[in-house]
Amino acid sequence: MTAILEIQDLHVSYRSSRGRLSPALAGVSFGLMPGEIMGVLGESGSGKSTLAGSLVRLLPDNACVTRGTVQFEGKDLLRAKPDQLQQVRGRRISLIFQEPSLALHPTMRAGEQVRQVLAAHSSSGKSALNERTRQVFAEVFPEEAGRISRSYPHQLSGGQRQRVLIAQAIACDPSVVIADEPTASLDSTTQMEILGVFRTLREKLGLAMIFITHNPALLSGFADRVLVLYAGEVAECGPAETVLASPRHPYTKALFQSIPAVSEKSGYGHKTKLPAILGDSTRSSLPIRGCPFEPRCTERMDICKEREPALVNLSTSHTVSCFKYES
Amino acid sequence: MEPLLKVENLVKRYAKRSLPGTPEELLALDGVSFTIFAGTTLAVVGESGSGKSTLAACLACMESPTAGNIWFEGKEIANLEERARRQVRPQIQLIFQDPASSLNLRWSVMEVLAEPLILQRKFSREEIDLRVTLLLERVGLSPETLKRLPIELSGGQRQRLAIARSLALEPKLLILDEALSALDCSVQAQIANLLMDLQSSLGMTYLFITHDLAMAAHLADEIAVMDRGRIVEQGPAQKILRHPEQEATRQLLAAMPRITLAPPSLEQ
Repeated sequence: MTAILEIQDLHVSYRSSRGRLSPALAGVSFGLMPGEIMGVLGESGSGKSTLAGSLVRLLPDNACVTRGTVQFEGKDLLRAKPDQLQQVRGRRISLIFQEPSLALHPTMRAGEQVRQVLAAHSSSGKSALNERTRQVFAEVFPEEAGRISRSYPHQLSGGQRQRVLIAQAIACDPSVVIADEPTASLDSTTQMEILGVFRTLREKLGLAMIFITHNPALLSGFADRVLVLYAGEVAECGPAETVLASPRHPYTKALFQSIPAVSEKSGYGHKTKLPAILGDSTRSSLPIRGCPFEPRCTERMDICKEREPALVNLSTSHTVSCFKYES
Repeated sequence: MEPLLKVENLVKRYAKRSLPGTPEELLALDGVSFTIFAGTTLAVVGESGSGKSTLAACLACMESPTAGNIWFEGKEIANLEERARRQVRPQIQLIFQDPASSLNLRWSVMEVLAEPLILQRKFSREEIDLRVTLLLERVGLSPETLKRLPIELSGGQRQRLAIARSLALEPKLLILDEALSALDCSVQAQIANLLMDLQSSLGMTYLFITHDLAMAAHLADEIAVMDRGRIVEQGPAQKILRHPEQEATRQLLAAMPRITLAPPSLEQ
């Protein structure tokens, strides 16, 4: 099976007001299979939102893609002309953002906001558009589709607003949906509900998804594969059940251990110190050379300071960027 | 022993804006009662809309409850005059979810920390400088951060700053309203550790409002589960987690995302 979206050696930098380039993504490569949910895990500053934006070239003005390709349906999206890009963006690949209240127009009914997405991408007549809008709403709101499509965003709950964004995203029947922290502003019950919606849509429509989050627990039982980003580089990538149950990269391991567990066996003692990862990954605290995680790593070796580790294949599907696994 | 905070039958009604002529009311708190003893942590968990933040606002004297009583150190504070409230407010501090929007982003760290001390009008310039330095140290920020602006800090450092500011007036009770929710998992652990350190060194008392049951169970002595303005279940943290009795609690538990790491022996 070939990948539907193929990202090769992607480098993106941001230019500061003084003209200095600071890298946000440094050589990210992966392929997204049709119908696959790829979970992208990373902390703030790891480059995960830059990744989402660069796939459809929705980046701030001061961002520049310095190297790499993004192959989709025979085209390199990074070099596509604006009108070609318009054909893809919102139609073949759509994006869902974190804050549903900011992404929706406050004085336009939910139904109209979905209809406009359809109208922007098709030349069908009014009745066909309305019919498709109804279908899409029925898809994401099994109950009360009619009432919600007539509502304004402020009349909807956070979860309902997020579903309206999902309706916009799937309106044109895309093959890839990129969701950037789509559940971060929701409480845990609603979070689970939205993950359920994504799962159903994947099964019904065969969508492939890139699901970006900072919370590893969300990916368990949801994602097929997990890609861990650290400081703009791939730390680890592999099947979700393998990575989430037995992570190999020291960063992934430390990240999972810092979350308070609830099961009786692995739970930490009540009110004991959590094994936090010391330090942070802001640009100024990254090392000039060597592995970017070296300053915070508890398993560091001499070589980690000298050069960067390459990606090592642990199995055909599981790769990790750490000297511990180099033979 | 007398509890630090005792809340009895607290009710808060909001008038809901709707069509003229049809007055509607929203019952945000519907008879909430609990007590917190000094040096302990009570976690209040619940879905959004269950009344958690209204509770925080009433306790911090930012909203006046419609009915009910709040006793703080044995003194009734729910229905105080503004002048008397000002005496209580420094002792109960609130920390919000998003430090970026609860701090003045144009002020330096020094200004942010000095403001509450200046407003008290009790401290000399030298004393303020000394206290600010101590506060920074207490929350694990380096002295170089004093001249920086909050936007130049990372999310974790900003939340440390918000905690330092809330400690400036030596409060007895800290109300943490989703104070960890906006942070990355690894940073959440750092801040949680800091809160536990402060509790053991200063004897702080926390009201920890969250929808993250796992973190609540880790930090709190007791958990109170809120649903539609009422506390539906309350008890020791471990008991709530393992033997929930109410439907609302079970739903929260079921919705809790979790990962189970394989035992270390299988790892290599």
